Amino acid sequence: MEKTYSQPTSGQKTPQIEPKRETIQFLLSFSQALSVSRTNNLEFEALLN
Amino acid sequence: MKTVLIDDATLVRNYIQGDEKSLSMLIARHKQRIYSFIYSKVYDRDISEDVFQDTFIKVIRTLKRGKYNEEGKFLPWVMRIAHNLVIDHFRRNNRMPKFDNTGEFSIFSVLSDSSLNAEKQMVRDQVNIDVKRIIEELPEDQKEVLKMRIYQEMSFKEISERTGVSINTALGRMRYALINLRKVIEKNNMILTN
Repeated sequence: MEKTYSQPTSGQKTPQIEPKRETIQFLLSFSQALSVSRTNNLEFEALLN
Repeated sequence: MKTVLIDDATLVRNYIQGDEKSLSMLIARHKQRIYSFIYSKVYDRDISEDVFQDTFIKVIRTLKRGKYNEEGKFLPWVMRIAHNLVIDHFRRNNRMPKFDNTGEFSIFSVLSDSSLNAEKQMVRDQVNIDVKRIIEELPEDQKEVLKMRIYQEMSFKEISERTGVSINTALGRMRYALINLRKVIEKNNMILTN
């Protein structure tokens, strides 16, 4: 029977790679502040605080 | 209690209609996958952070402007944006290479002597002489405009004021000057490159 020599993966945690909380917070705030308005086929973006 | 999973398409629709929480849910749902994808390409946490942020800024702007039309395919769409931004990052980086001071770094690998060697200088001088000679064969009005524009770096407004013709006429003379130069160059099989 074939022998396998690889390490068992159970118990080993792959590191969680995800963006920082501040980045997510920035994006959510950016989204809340961004307002797009249209007048006469023109589009305006405004960042409102 | 059973929790109901709201699908991406619904969240996108709700977000477009003004529900900011939906965006938060979409980001929470996909952030790890998108971030890991970016990190797997750039291998740098800070750059991954920047690309991730730029990706979602693009997503937010597109959704708010009502330009999104791929309902049901939110994640592949975001991944494509991230992929394009990763490519942009590498393109930018190639143009402006970063140097770390580790290893055997040679300054001569990035610096080059841009001055011409003797042979190239002679070729350039000859080209300049040839160009001047064919310019002299142009009609007087075209020659005047071309010299002011190329050698004196004057704007067409300045040329029109100096020569007393309209800007359009000056532009026309420049155009004909270039056409005529090309004709002479082609006719005589001249090679004017260094």
